[in-house]
Amino acid sequence: MAAEAPARDFLACEATHFRIERHGRQLALAHAVGAVVLLAIGGLMALLIAIQRVEAVQFINDDWWYRLVAAHGAAMLLFWMLLFEVAALYWGSTMLLNAPMRLVKVAWTAFGMMVLGVLLATGMMLAGQATVMFTAYPPMEANPLFYLGVILVAVGVLIAVAIFFVNVVAAKREGYHRGSLPLVVYGLAAAAIIAVYSLGTGAVAYVSLFLWSVGLVENVDPAFYRMFFWGIGHGAQQVNLAAMVAVWYALVGFTVGGRTISESLSRLAFLLLIAFIHLGAVHHLLVDPGLGTSHRLMNTSYLLYLAVLASLIHAFCIPSAIEVAQRERHGFTKGLFQWLVRAPWKEPGFSSLVLSLVFFGFIGGVTGVIMSSMQMNMLVHNTLFVPGHFHGTVVAGATLAFMGIAYYLLPLLSRRNLVGVAVARLQPYVFFAGVALFSLGMIRAGFYGVPRRSADLSYQAAPLPTDSFIQTGPQLAMWAVLIGALIAVVGGAMFIYVMLATLFAGKVVDRPDVGLVLAYGAQERERGLPAPTMVAADGHSLIGGHEPHDRKISWRNFEAPGTVTLVFIFLAWFVVMYALAHFNIARLWPVG
Amino acid sequence: MFTAMVAWQALGEQRIPVESYRVDQATFQSEVDAFVEARQIGEEGGVPVVEPMPGEDAYLQAMMFQFRPVLQLQRGETYRLLVSSTDVQHGLSLLKLGTSYNFQVLPGYLYVIRLTPEETGEFSLVCNEFCGLGHHVMTGRIVVVD
Ligand code: HEM
Ligand SMILES: [Cu+2]
Ligand SMILES: [Cu+2]
Repeated sequence: MAAEAPARDFLACEATHFRIERHGRQLALAHAVGAVVLLAIGGLMALLIAIQRVEAVQFINDDWWYRLVAAHGAAMLLFWMLLFEVAALYWGSTMLLNAPMRLVKVAWTAFGMMVLGVLLATGMMLAGQATVMFTAYPPMEANPLFYLGVILVAVGVLIAVAIFFVNVVAAKREGYHRGSLPLVVYGLAAAAIIAVYSLGTGAVAYVSLFLWSVGLVENVDPAFYRMFFWGIGHGAQQVNLAAMVAVWYALVGFTVGGRTISESLSRLAFLLLIAFIHLGAVHHLLVDPGLGTSHRLMNTSYLLYLAVLASLIHAFCIPSAIEVAQRERHGFTKGLFQWLVRAPWKEPGFSSLVLSLVFFGFIGGVTGVIMSSMQMNMLVHNTLFVPGHFHGTVVAGATLAFMGIAYYLLPLLSRRNLVGVAVARLQPYVFFAGVALFSLGMIRAGFYGVPRRSADLSYQAAPLPTDSFIQTGPQLAMWAVLIGALIAVVGGAMFIYVMLATLFAGKVVDRPDVGLVLAYGAQERERGLPAPTMVAADGHSLIGGHEPHDRKISWRNFEAPGTVTLVFIFLAWFVVMYALAHFNIARLWPVG
Repeated sequence: MFTAMVAWQALGEQRIPVESYRVDQATFQSEVDAFVEARQIGEEGGVPVVEPMPGEDAYLQAMMFQFRPVLQLQRGETYRLLVSSTDVQHGLSLLKLGTSYNFQVLPGYLYVIRLTPEETGEFSLVCNEFCGLGHHVMTGRIVVVD
């Protein structure tokens, strides 16, 4: 039985009932710290490029502006997200399953590859050798070392994904873990599966560019490249999405002690994501030459809607899990919304969770669906609307959720108490406010047609100058971007401060104080139950050595009327936005 | 949503253009040059101004860093714009009344965009796909006259 298994460098963690094993802990920590460092670097670049968005402030030369945008996109979207996700994979496949880390040396080698790749790719971009943006569309060419760097990172991540699966399978085989996977790990597994095929197509794209850049391949067809590139470009976003949702479920468990009202529904939604969302990728090519209408329709319709459905399921399960936990566990049953009012708003994990969910749904998701319907795409393709959309999803959504869970993971992994708790409480709000303001500014500017990735919006140096973007409307939108970016950078810096201060100055303890996680862990233990994030689908304890509990946790009788109301508000908002967008398009000249 | 999209594509006036061909860059360049030579009526900012016959196919070349030529079109007439690039990828963004239409332009592919201008005036084109260090000075123009 697992309880009698040889103690393989396990540390007992009373807080969460986890037995934390040294290798998994160190690996997860290394990836998480690497990710945070990249976030800090990317944030600094964000500051420099965002400041220069209004006519009144101009000080970076164009060449450097482009280098910085390129490096910001890569450092953030590729490197910060991927490294953090690998940290989450290692955490989920060892600590959440109470199992040891396998293939430790291979994992460190993969980490080394990622670090080397990040250094190469970012270095080339900053050196002006790869000002091609992370999209790297051919026939624009970069130094081969840049492509090599990105490929190294991708391969490193693929190895980590393989190790994740090895960990999970071994944990089951050797009896460390019984029954079905906890939902959080299940979600991470979904992310890992999507990562395999998106990184696979991505490899085709980048490897062919690499071969071309060293002269082994004659040319790379730009249209085919775009197909393959968006295999990763968009696929990677689904990895982010699945990982973010898994983190949401973890945070629900951490901060209100809740779990989804329907395990099977949540799991089904993850499956739908795996199966269908990949097909949404073609929406990047909607206004490209070379695709037929039926292909475009197929890709923007049924298949994508199934994936949207999956997101909607999660968007229902998460708030209802919070509501039910608040009602059942804490007795906040008055009216529709007492559960929400009396929620732990001071807990950084909770505020990040809610803000991330709200912005992801209301802004990121809605703009995404609008953008991926055919005609609408024509209005916004490659305008600032697009960065507006993805800063809503991947920054206000995923990044904020990752920040939220980092407040718990870092102390748990480093065994240090969090430093700067007051800063941490405030941080999600500041960061959220900033990102909300600047991404809404970008979305508005995009409707005016302000192009993305443009160093200077005055267009006065052009042979045929245009003053379209220095008029009041677009300039106001750009001021919102500027001010929002400043606030967001402050919020980001607060996060980095707490992380680094904890890492270097946090008090080393056996039992790090991680607020509510600890409280719920203890509460559940008194009731003879596993910690909320560790419950399997059938409600059994996952801790090796414990007997399965007779008492299944079932909250089926509890309802979530508040959540239902919120969902209706969301749908109404969606309909209004959708209609508005069509209204806008009808004002255009006939085109076809 | 799906129905809305199909219906708009079938009945609406603003559709996504789907007609496209492969075209060799050199061939495209020579067709543009021939078109400019035949129909040029002036010059603006060093870029030729060209007036196609009403309803005639009009070439539009994207290159680092301009859209060539400036097109002078008749209001209410429908033109087929034949768009391609002779170097890297570009983005064609036509600015109008606080909105824009946006299309991807790829070297080696000819994109046919049917356009019926309904108002007179000067309308700017800007490039919205990053195409190099001159991306932010890459513009063009369409002039619509009665
Ligand atoms: C303080 C927070 C941030 C600010 C102020 C910020 C600001 C910006 C700005 C101004 C741009 C250029 C938009 C354009 O003109 O094309 C940009 C691009 C981008 N940002 Fe951020 N950003 C932030 C955080 C992030 C994060 C956390 C991520 C990813 C997780 C991210 C991913 C990207 C990507 C992928 C691009 C596109 C780069 C390209 O066009 O190649 N950003 N950001
Ligand atoms: Cu261009
Ligand atoms: Cu450009």
